[in-house]
Amino acid sequence: MAYLTEKKRIELEKKANEMRIALVDILEDAGSGHTAGPLGMADIFTALYFHVLEHDPANPLWEDRDRLILSNGHIVPIRYVAMAFAGYFPREELRTLRKFGSRLQGHPERTRLPALETTSGPLGEGMSQAAGIAYAARMDSKKFRTYVVLSDAEHQAGNTWEGAMFAGANKLSNLTAIIDRNNIQINGMTEDVMPLEPLREKYEAFNWHVMDVDGHNMDAFVSAVEEAKAIYERPTAIIAHTIPGKGVKEIEFDYTWHGKPPSKEEEERFLRALRTLGGKIEASHHE
Amino acid sequence: MVNENAHLASAILAPDTLEQSATRDGFGMGVVAAGDADPRVVVLCADLAESTRSHWFREKFPERYVEVGVAEQNLAALAAGMAAAGKIPFIASYAAFSPGRNWEQIRTTVCLNEMPVKVMGMHAGVSVGPDGATHQALEDIAIMRVLPRMTVIAPCDALEARKAVEAAAKTDGPVYIRFHRAKTPVFTTRATPFAIGKAYLVWESDNPEVAVFACGPLVYEAVRAAAELAHEGIDTVVVNNHTVKPMDEPLVIEVARRAGAVVTVEEHQVSGGMGGAVAEVLMHNAPVPLVTVGVHDQFGQSGTPEELMRHYGMDVASIKEAIRAALARKEG
Repeated sequence: MAYLTEKKRIELEKKANEMRIALVDILEDAGSGHTAGPLGMADIFTALYFHVLEHDPANPLWEDRDRLILSNGHIVPIRYVAMAFAGYFPREELRTLRKFGSRLQGHPERTRLPALETTSGPLGEGMSQAAGIAYAARMDSKKFRTYVVLSDAEHQAGNTWEGAMFAGANKLSNLTAIIDRNNIQINGMTEDVMPLEPLREKYEAFNWHVMDVDGHNMDAFVSAVEEAKAIYERPTAIIAHTIPGKGVKEIEFDYTWHGKPPSKEEEERFLRALRTLGGKIEASHHE
Repeated sequence: MVNENAHLASAILAPDTLEQSATRDGFGMGVVAAGDADPRVVVLCADLAESTRSHWFREKFPERYVEVGVAEQNLAALAAGMAAAGKIPFIASYAAFSPGRNWEQIRTTVCLNEMPVKVMGMHAGVSVGPDGATHQALEDIAIMRVLPRMTVIAPCDALEARKAVEAAAKTDGPVYIRFHRAKTPVFTTRATPFAIGKAYLVWESDNPEVAVFACGPLVYEAVRAAAELAHEGIDTVVVNNHTVKPMDEPLVIEVARRAGAVVTVEEHQVSGGMGGAVAEVLMHNAPVPLVTVGVHDQFGQSGTPEELMRHYGMDVASIKEAIRAALARKEG
């Protein structure tokens, strides 16, 4: 059974591409930041903010909202874009990314923008915080769900597994981890730097329900999220296989794009690639 | 003389008659009282329920006690998550591990994230005794007081520890409190005033020659030193400087100016600790001779608390010697 109608799926895919365009634009503007991860997670953040999450941009701290914890804080630009598109703040504010006085800090800070839920950047801490929220929610019989987005490489950090062990031991079925399995990190490919595989079996050994999905397939991702809601007495890990730099062919899978923004020339090329879907269609009217 | 306004135990100068209790017991009692007063209070513990006295809370509020196992990084970040969901979490472990091992989680997920997590560091100082250097936290005040938004308290006895815990539960924001394993005299009473950030005089003189700022159970040893020196004609004031941050700057400055020489006393490294914090305040406001009692850039070792306090120069004799040294520098 498909959870998305054809119309909804196409709408989400179109929005994801628009978000990638906005992302490349603001990254060039910021002059520093991360490109590969946010592009790779554009589809999932679109699905989260425009289909999955129970949330209210007009009332960001609504008590019963689903909690979205971003553990790998460095990909926050795509979250900022999704929040702006969803109406949390004006799109013009995206231009302040990484600038002095901005609510849109280089790494997310909850005290400046409470809808971010947590402060993150130092890797390996999101799983524990999400588990704490999910545990407290269960104590209070709250029905909201807690989602935590993690990078693959932060599974090299012991703290991630301390949190995962706690969540598994406490059967936190209201917790869903979404792992950005894009295989790159700063020093190279994850399996060269410090292998993570077998990742699925590691989570299973920690008493998690695990699904592998194509992180660019809206249907597959949304189905996995729905399946997680039906899993009883286990937290769920969705290992989302993504292409770092997705949408801009010339940088896809290139780990050197982990932590740098595009230059002006690169921005133009990247935007052309995104607006023509990699040359498959004529450039759209707003080029 | 003993400051009457502090309502201290009437037998304060007769150590053998005072009740002996560990400050960690004060945590155990205080957090149960805090749990009674506020259903949002939860206790998270990393496999040290009895020695942190968290088991008293576990017995009374099993549904609000969270076991995390030997995982101090998770202890802090999990608590930050629970705080984000509306809880007031107390995290209890040995100070050597929490905040020793999880400093960055406390920095990012608690302080920068402005979450009301209360970090309870047990087994501070060399008075831990036979467990040895690995378990004797001597750096915890330094690494906590450097964090923006963090409050740091070192209570002087079990009763004050209890008051500090109850006050921490009512305070917005992160709090660090350090506790000790060994039994020490309970010389304050229920009537002794306690408020975070408000130091008070335990011993006073009309014309003090040296001001002693102490924290933790060593406040009591400082009072003994002051009483003995009074017999020798050296007049001092002793301040219970329990809140290292935010420090009671007006009182510290006023007392230091009045005495003209200062001794700080703590069971901690002298660099970065309460003495360092006092020095930072005074160098801007009242630069007077200052002598620090504490551990001087060393690790502890196994032994009895008494042996270790003497060896590392934190017993009554060492405090008296420091007071004489401060006086000599002032007069020199």
